[in-house]
Amino acid sequence: MVTLNDYLMVSGLLFTIGFAGVLLRRNIIIIFMALELMLNAANLSLVGFSRFNVQNGLPDYNAQVLVFFIITVAAAEVSVGLAVIVALYRARQTTHVEDITSLKF
Amino acid sequence: MTPVLFWTFSGIMLLFATLVVVNRNPVASALSLVVSFLGLAALFVSLDAFFIGVIQILVYAGAVMVLFLFIIMLLDLRAEGRRKVNVPAVFGGVVVITLFVKVLFDVCYGFQGGRAVFPPIEHSAHGDVWHIGMTLFQTYKLPLQVVGTLVLVASIGVVLLSKRELR
Repeated sequence: MVTLNDYLMVSGLLFTIGFAGVLLRRNIIIIFMALELMLNAANLSLVGFSRFNVQNGLPDYNAQVLVFFIITVAAAEVSVGLAVIVALYRARQTTHVEDITSLKF
Repeated sequence: MTPVLFWTFSGIMLLFATLVVVNRNPVASALSLVVSFLGLAALFVSLDAFFIGVIQILVYAGAVMVLFLFIIMLLDLRAEGRRKVNVPAVFGGVVVITLFVKVLFDVCYGFQGGRAVFPPIEHSAHGDVWHIGMTLFQTYKLPLQVVGTLVLVASIGVVLLSKRELR
């Protein structure tokens, strides 16, 4: 049977893949997609815990409402982030993070 | 959900998530991300979270990914050429990821509470959209308003960022 640990493990592996993308890739759009993967890994473990915490025969809906809020905020975050990337590309004509070092100390 | 379906969808999700990171072509990465999100939506459905699964497909695989593909094609990003690899950075990244996976395995296998199977739930007459709606509008009225304001501010901010001349 599938246990809570299996879901947590899959969620952790998804987070690790997103983390690897953020650390190893240098294209800013790919980094942004990897960030989305990490957000979704958090959502998966939240829904897993919600299904595990059964009260009166119902899963814990507080966690699912939290996931709803996370998805809403993530959509807003994607729109702002992509607008920043477009503005950056218009100023610098690049999406490679090693070419964008104006803030480097 | 049977273990076969669980492992199939987890495998699809993790495989395509890896392809997102590995692919050199941004369009191929974005399309892999869509498939990965579809696998994740199937996992949500397997956890009896039908509403979350549906908005996962609508919001992520639909709206967010269309936005990503639109930006990739607008900026006309080709597959990036090979550059000199920054060896210390890659080495540091691999070390951090390996340690992270080790901690993940330790925590998951040391977590006794997670060994149990999922307890059964009653499928009530209302369905989970009704329950989420009741929780949202009874317990979380203020956070809902705050999130609505946040989305409004984000859309104004995007319009401002996209103006040609920033003053």
